[in-house]
Amino acid sequence: MLSRRIIPCLDVRDGKVVKGVRFRDHVVMGEIVELALRYRDEGADELVFYDITASPEGRSVDRDWVEKVARAIDIPFCVAGGIRSVDEARAVLHAGADKISVNSPALERPVLIDELAAAFGVQCVVVGVDSLRDADGQWHVRQYTGDTSKTRALPRRTLDWMVEAQQRGAGEIVLNCMGSDGVRLGYDLEQLSMARTICHVPLIASGGAGALEHFRDAFIEADVDGALAASVFHSGAIAIPELKHYLHRQGVAIRS
Amino acid sequence: MSVVLVDAGGTNIGSVRYALQRLGVDAELTADAATIRAADKVILPGVGAAGPGMARLRELGLVGLLRSLSQPVLGVCLGMQLLCAHSEEGDTGCLGLIPLPVRRFAEAPGLRVPHMGWNRLSAKQAHSLLAGLAADEQAYFVHSYAVPASDWTLATSDYGGAFSAVIARDNYYGMQFHPERSAAVGAKLLRNFLEL
Repeated sequence: MLSRRIIPCLDVRDGKVVKGVRFRDHVVMGEIVELALRYRDEGADELVFYDITASPEGRSVDRDWVEKVARAIDIPFCVAGGIRSVDEARAVLHAGADKISVNSPALERPVLIDELAAAFGVQCVVVGVDSLRDADGQWHVRQYTGDTSKTRALPRRTLDWMVEAQQRGAGEIVLNCMGSDGVRLGYDLEQLSMARTICHVPLIASGGAGALEHFRDAFIEADVDGALAASVFHSGAIAIPELKHYLHRQGVAIRS
Repeated sequence: MSVVLVDAGGTNIGSVRYALQRLGVDAELTADAATIRAADKVILPGVGAAGPGMARLRELGLVGLLRSLSQPVLGVCLGMQLLCAHSEEGDTGCLGLIPLPVRRFAEAPGLRVPHMGWNRLSAKQAHSLLAGLAADEQAYFVHSYAVPASDWTLATSDYGGAFSAVIARDNYYGMQFHPERSAAVGAKLLRNFLEL
């Protein structure tokens, strides 16, 4: 049976791992390779590195650290941040990343997803979706969330975008529920469950993990394939071995 | 010992090379027939689609060479599928070294395709390639096509039914998962291959 994945997310800014609350006020958490190795040793199933400044600044992700991480760790990792062409994606994949994740650039030019899937196969192509519920009660997509001064609310509905992304060749979708991000009150189970009904590729929950049971709820109630979290892992509030032990006892298939 | 990685354009070549370096082996990345023929061990990594993968091997003039090797050859992920007879992916004739088909996973409720993540390896035959593999160990898979379980299957994994996770015939071996990204389990199986 396929295990559910625990995925620490390392937000990278200027070559360091940082974390903010509700996408703001970033503080430095540590060195990239050092944190990657720590999570690998603790039993993380996969890592995501998100260059939060790359997309708003219109530049691609700096590749040096990608190769360092690839040399150091022996679990899969995904790199996100400002990848806007097949050539940029190829450089990151050749540096040793297993997957690349696109978010704002795919909203600028959706055919980027088709191009990446054709060049590398859908298994390499993750689409990140930043989503927030608006006054009309609908979830809509946000763009350039790495920099609050540049963040844009789009008219595109989250679920419509997820359907389109899959048709274009997304092999996995990370749904970042911005309303619950950084406040540790649990994943947005309502939104994730809704997304699950239309998501036929692996779905990763992001935003809101604060306690062990939040992970269980995401896996059991929203049936997500993986759960991504940052601050609870970086701060030590939740230790991955303890989390996995708990999930195993709760009947969730995990890798011990 | 000389180990070569066949440069067939897969994006995981770097990762496989680093995994071998962590085991103390500096593998040469090459598409040169003489170098491949002279190597002690040959690894065919691969990420991507079967059609372009075979087309690349033909362009490089390596199809006949790969079919005629006598040293241990390991195909990883797409590399393993290319060792088989035929892939449903793009209706592609493969190297035919292990007479098995490659079929797309049938989507079913709760069965997402691609099969992506850590899944259990279940040994079906005793083999030195699987030395030290414990009953509940897991490896990292990312694929939409799979090889059915067969007489040439050394280990299976389960995703809507058993499929081949490790196959072998004569000197040809295949791993559907990514040993280079499968933590200690992957390192152990790669080391076993190097010691064949």
